[in-house]
Amino acid sequence: MKKKKEKIEKKSKLVKTWPLLLISLPGLIYIFVNSYIPMFGVFLAFKDYNYVKGIFGSDWSGFDNFRFLFKTRDAWIMTRNTVLYNVAFIIIGTVIAIFVAILLFEMGKKLRVKFFQSAILLPNMLSWVVIGYVVYAFLNADSGFINNSILKPLGMEEISWYSNIKPWPFILIIVHIWKYMGVNSIIYMASIAGIDKGIFEAAELDGASKTMQIFRITIPMLKPTIIILTLMAIGRIFFSDFGLFYQVPQNSGRLFDVTQTIDTYVYRGLMQLNDVGMSAAAALFQSFVGFILVVSANALVRKIDSENALF
Amino acid sequence: MKENIETKQFRKFATIVLSVISVLALLPILLIAVASVTSEDVLISSGYTFFPSKLSLDSYYYMVRQSATILRAYGISIMVTFLGTVIGVLVTAMLAYPMARKNFRLRNVMAFFIFFTMLFNGGIVSSYIMWSQIFHIKNTIWALVVPNFLVTAFNVFLVRNYYVNSVHESIIESVQIDGASEIRIFFSIMLPLSIPVIATVSLFTGIIYWNDWINGLYYITDPKMYGIQNLLIRIMDNIQFLKSASNAALLGTQNIDLPGTSVRMAMAIIGILPILIIFPFVQQYMIKGVVLGAVKG
Repeated sequence: MKKKKEKIEKKSKLVKTWPLLLISLPGLIYIFVNSYIPMFGVFLAFKDYNYVKGIFGSDWSGFDNFRFLFKTRDAWIMTRNTVLYNVAFIIIGTVIAIFVAILLFEMGKKLRVKFFQSAILLPNMLSWVVIGYVVYAFLNADSGFINNSILKPLGMEEISWYSNIKPWPFILIIVHIWKYMGVNSIIYMASIAGIDKGIFEAAELDGASKTMQIFRITIPMLKPTIIILTLMAIGRIFFSDFGLFYQVPQNSGRLFDVTQTIDTYVYRGLMQLNDVGMSAAAALFQSFVGFILVVSANALVRKIDSENALF
Repeated sequence: MKENIETKQFRKFATIVLSVISVLALLPILLIAVASVTSEDVLISSGYTFFPSKLSLDSYYYMVRQSATILRAYGISIMVTFLGTVIGVLVTAMLAYPMARKNFRLRNVMAFFIFFTMLFNGGIVSSYIMWSQIFHIKNTIWALVVPNFLVTAFNVFLVRNYYVNSVHESIIESVQIDGASEIRIFFSIMLPLSIPVIATVSLFTGIIYWNDWINGLYYITDPKMYGIQNLLIRIMDNIQFLKSASNAALLGTQNIDLPGTSVRMAMAIIGILPILIIFPFVQQYMIKGVVLGAVKG
């Protein structure tokens, strides 16, 4: 018996590499093509790309693309917009998500909770194109809901929303919260559910009120989750939701000052202006700074709580 | 008893606030639904409202008459969603399984190879040039299926973690002794065992493909290859686009009967219909999936 067992153990250690590698091969090839070849393709940012001459035939231009890019006002505007919107999303989004998560959790295990969760999760299931339509139904100058059913009855002047810069930072933040509130509050709710019930019971016996429990127990206990999610979001602060900034403002040129982000700039440069070099430079700028931010954010997470670090 | 009263009061407060939030979340979707069945003359005089004075199904009748374009886009979206989900999830599981095997020599190398794509990417410019200039996928169905979403590092690690945590190594070992090949082990044992996580990943992948319009925006210039999302983008720019060439010839060139204001919203409803239908059945899986992904991505 003993011998047989040893034999089995020996056999199990000898996992043949080839069959397993074969199984993973399609996935490995896909990842290589989809993610790694474009990584090597960043050299396009250092070329004066010409569709006729092709990828390898185009002339090298050193840092010219970057020099031109950072001379334009666009570079400043798109970087500012990308970062500031993300900061707003992180702060406002986190506060609202925690607020909703606490309310949902305090409801207990009622059927109502499921209904509320579904309702706030539904906007997340919609594509940015459809959300663009939803926003259009509200803001469209001729038949929009806000002009016709709110401003007109109040005797206020109608606003042509898609050419008026001022309200857009608010509109974009509201739309972002509307779409992501559900998902984020579910994450925080799961985290609250992980808190030891005994702490709440002990606090209740000591006469702590519900609001006191929330501020003295729930929120402090959520701190690690908040810190980690925030740091991860900071790691992605150079990336924007292309759909939010492209579909929701209906690609309106008058709004570029407040809707242009690095991602929309790269798209417009590449597909509409055919300026491959500048787009590639902007994209590499984004990837490079993004990489540094992710690695530093992770280093910070590891310092605070090594279990939750990505790597 | 004091606490109890307070708890009750708090629950009342939570119910009221959450009801308001839920209504605010749903109202915008309701607005486009109501707008799609509002009579065109009401829309012209008083815009999109929640309580229109006259209802009409004209926009839906109109879409039935122009159904060729819509059905075609619908077909493409269904095909893309099907192909992307089936191929993507299968390849994801095949990539995840070897990394879950403790004695597989390359597991750490592979994990890093996949993980690194989460940290750095070459950006859309080089990826666009690659897909369009080297692989020539523009205006093919593969342009909508292959770039970006097929296999993501996030999903691979989700499935791998499931294999590591929920499928015991001894199961594999015992079958191995019976002489089953790795490929057979994967297809006849591991894949069926991982149905819960496969279901979650399929759901996420399916929704991503149905909702995707970015691949279409970059790689599709031929309107015949539009999926439903890209058709929606086109219609927002130009409502006349719905009149397919063949139908226009049949009906003559009159555009007078085009209920453009309501048709737009009816199209949006058609675009989210599949999601509205499946959502009640899958929302609990969605919630579980969100939690699963957030705990350790």
